[in-house]
Amino acid sequence: MSEIDDKTQAVSEKAVSSTQGQGREDGGSGGVIILFFIVGLVASLVVGWVLFPKLLYSQKKQPIDFNHTLHNTLVGNGCESCHSFREDGSYSGVPKLAQCIECHEEVQSSNPEEIRFVEQYVKKGIEVPWLVYARQPDCVFFSHAAHVKAAKMDCATCHGPIGESESMKPYQQNRITGYSRDIWGENIGGFKKNTWDRMKMDDCSECHQKKKVVVGSVQTQKEGCFVCHK
Amino acid sequence: MKIDRRSFLSLGVGVAAGTALSPLPWKLTDDLSIWTQNWPWTPVPEIGESSFVNSVCTLCPGGCGISVRKVEDRGVKIEGMKGHPVNQGGICALGLSGLQLLYGPTRIKTPLKRVGKRGDGQWAKISWDEAISEITEKLDGLRTSGNSHTVAGIAGSRHGTVSQLFSRFLTAFGSPNFFHTPSIADTYQLALQHMNGVSAAPGFDLENADFILSFGCGLLEGWGSPVRMFKANTGWKKAKARVIQIESRLSRTAAKSDRWIAIIPGSEAALALGVAHVLIKEMLYNKDFVDNYANGFESFVTDNGEIKKGFKQTVLEEYSPETVSRVTGIDPSAIILLAREFANAKAPLALCGKGQGKVPGSLNEAMSVHALNALVGSINRKGGVFPIPAMEVQGWAEVGMDTITSAGMNQPRIDGTPPNSLGYINQLPSAILSGKGYPLNVLFVLESNPLYTMADSKTVKDAFDKIPFVVSLSSFMDETAQYADIVMPNHIYLERLEDAPTPMGYNKSIISLSKPVFKPRLNTKHAGDTLILLAKGLGGGVAEAFPWKNFEACFEQAMGDKMKTLKKNGFWVDSDAVLPDWESTFNTPSGKFQFAPVEFSPGFAPIKIEGDSTFQLLLIPYETMRLSCGYIANPPFLTKTVEDTILKQNDCFIEINPKTAQSNQLSEGDVVVLQTPRGQARVRVHLEEGIMPDMVALPRGLGHTAHDGYIANKGINVNHLIGPVQDPVSGMDAAWGIRAKLSKA
Repeated sequence: MSEIDDKTQAVSEKAVSSTQGQGREDGGSGGVIILFFIVGLVASLVVGWVLFPKLLYSQKKQPIDFNHTLHNTLVGNGCESCHSFREDGSYSGVPKLAQCIECHEEVQSSNPEEIRFVEQYVKKGIEVPWLVYARQPDCVFFSHAAHVKAAKMDCATCHGPIGESESMKPYQQNRITGYSRDIWGENIGGFKKNTWDRMKMDDCSECHQKKKVVVGSVQTQKEGCFVCHK
Repeated sequence: MKIDRRSFLSLGVGVAAGTALSPLPWKLTDDLSIWTQNWPWTPVPEIGESSFVNSVCTLCPGGCGISVRKVEDRGVKIEGMKGHPVNQGGICALGLSGLQLLYGPTRIKTPLKRVGKRGDGQWAKISWDEAISEITEKLDGLRTSGNSHTVAGIAGSRHGTVSQLFSRFLTAFGSPNFFHTPSIADTYQLALQHMNGVSAAPGFDLENADFILSFGCGLLEGWGSPVRMFKANTGWKKAKARVIQIESRLSRTAAKSDRWIAIIPGSEAALALGVAHVLIKEMLYNKDFVDNYANGFESFVTDNGEIKKGFKQTVLEEYSPETVSRVTGIDPSAIILLAREFANAKAPLALCGKGQGKVPGSLNEAMSVHALNALVGSINRKGGVFPIPAMEVQGWAEVGMDTITSAGMNQPRIDGTPPNSLGYINQLPSAILSGKGYPLNVLFVLESNPLYTMADSKTVKDAFDKIPFVVSLSSFMDETAQYADIVMPNHIYLERLEDAPTPMGYNKSIISLSKPVFKPRLNTKHAGDTLILLAKGLGGGVAEAFPWKNFEACFEQAMGDKMKTLKKNGFWVDSDAVLPDWESTFNTPSGKFQFAPVEFSPGFAPIKIEGDSTFQLLLIPYETMRLSCGYIANPPFLTKTVEDTILKQNDCFIEINPKTAQSNQLSEGDVVVLQTPRGQARVRVHLEEGIMPDMVALPRGLGHTAHDGYIANKGINVNHLIGPVQDPVSGMDAAWGIRAKLSKA
């Protein structure tokens, strides 16, 4: 046998022995591998489900802590008393200061929030920079008149029992999109129990499909994207 | 237990699996997609109540009703006003872009006083009080020293309350020198004055005409009231009316017409008379009108006992189709056919005014074209041309004439035209530079930009250099404002109260109400209020002529009982006006239509344009709806619509025929130097079959040196290359072109 052959044999023996050696240690490191897998899995689940939403949203306080319940008992026409439709059929959304002044020209109670409201906004004539929980992105066209007036839907179907709230929850703003958390919904996984838990496109279409409401765009008479995305 | 590479791989797999099972990737994807569809830096109108405010667009003299859509206080869109008689809900591209002028960066924010050299753009901000007192001090000095006549004013228009208030200011101050930006309307007014005997603007019943013979009018390029013209054109197509366009260049109008007749430019009057020749020779004219309601058709004896050739004899002797063919380059048979078609139409109508009618043009041409309408009886008849009397302000008291005022008003006008004439601004620069008359000490400029719009910009600038004190009342930092000594910025059209008078060619008297759609955004003042403050500052007789506390009061008095209708409808239209009949309508000495007014000999007097035979080509300016070429410069939206065969980055293109290109060894896109007797410019070549050989066409509206970066220094201002040519009959500018040559750059 030549010298070269000797070397070849030596290398192959070494290789075999090393394979065997590893095989022997498998029992010990298998547990480590599973452990590492579980650690990775759990850590990323915690990041994804717990940490991520905390990082994604910033929290803002409403300028005035508004009490819906209290106002609801004082007005005659439910939500529409303040959240009214304009003459042209468009929806006014959050009331303007002028509307509030109709009752709050002077302080009505000893409520510190109301006093602050009158002092800081009414007296100075400054609009309250309300943060709108349900503001859809700019690319979405939504008609309140079609839903509330024509289809006779309840406000609560989409907005939930906000009319029964006594205090304003913090406004959570998505740091990427700049829109409110209420659009995606409180549940970061997108799961919902109530119709008002989410306000995404799928939620619109879910209801439209269930009710078999297929309405074409006013302009094009066609269904599809341009009904809402004009 | 050993931690090795595989443990970490396993950790990675675990992280990947956990991440996939968490909402993180899906939520991030969703958020990113929302973000990309709603770029935070894209301007989006604020959310709020939307409303529409009706007003009128005064960016051009078209007088279109507009409906401005606002969200809260922010303007978001300008639309045509539905039901407005002029534009019937339509709007042009300039009108649509108006909000860019409102919010754009060239607005002058506050009164300014020049501190650097003139035109250097160095300004000091001053208060309104300082501006008013500085000017009144200067004016007062001139008035007391008996030099009130050395003050002049240039307005964008001679109609409308603000312009009339401006004219009144000069009168009360004692200056006869009120000027306005001229147009074809002035020439038409002279033609009507001599032939119909009335002082009126022409009103064309275009909507009811069925054969439109257009002598180069840019019917779809901004002639008359542009949106009305578009609507009329649609009507013609529906009603199968015919449009014949006579023009040396295939303009949009020519392209959309039923027949385009290419003519040697400047010979339009000869063609009109050639058509008249055929009408008369073949007895195709309206005998009832010509025999019973017209004068000067046949030869006649004047008061001096001279025999004056009538229209008929002149036309028959001198304008046979063959003769006309030699001048115009149009085949005699085409002229005969045109005349027969014109005569056989139910409601034929001939029009003139090249392009947008920015240049007043030849009076002979306007009279020849008007005579054609008379020959077929299309005067004061459905589908014809009507005189629309100029609406003078009724409610104001006469200006009291103190000694200074009357002394000033008795001085001759600086341009040498008779007092109370329309005033010819084209003669102003040469009058100033010749130094023959008196020098001009102060010039006011309101809603006009003479340094840009007047022919031969260099001479105009030289003339401005001789005027020691120039006051601009412009809203924008335009060429003239940049060259002023004091700028007193006016509210922009969307912020001010005023009236838009009857637009050129509209066949009813109409006033539209421009009302403040927005509160003034900047420290500007209504020019009407500025004038009232100046008058009050001067005191004495001038102040007495301006008794109003503000322009609003003055305006309401001027509008009188029309104000109620104006406020209610946004416009007032003289719907009660009855069609004048042939019997009582002509106010000439004979009481009849004058074919051959004694002052003129009918005929074709060619306008001799500048340049000798070393310039082998002919340069003609042309207009397009996509370039605003008056006081208002293009807003960015409008410039976006300009084709890259007109403007590419900062280069503008001349149109030349491929044959001309071949003989000059030029090809598409070549950079050339275009030279005329007045100047030269670097341009690029665009080959176009639609222009006659040996001609060069350059658009108006480019080559601004002022305004903003969106329009300044783009292309060439055709007024740098072209000079005014005085019409030998009227004295107004009649330059339709200039001789030119090209050389490779």
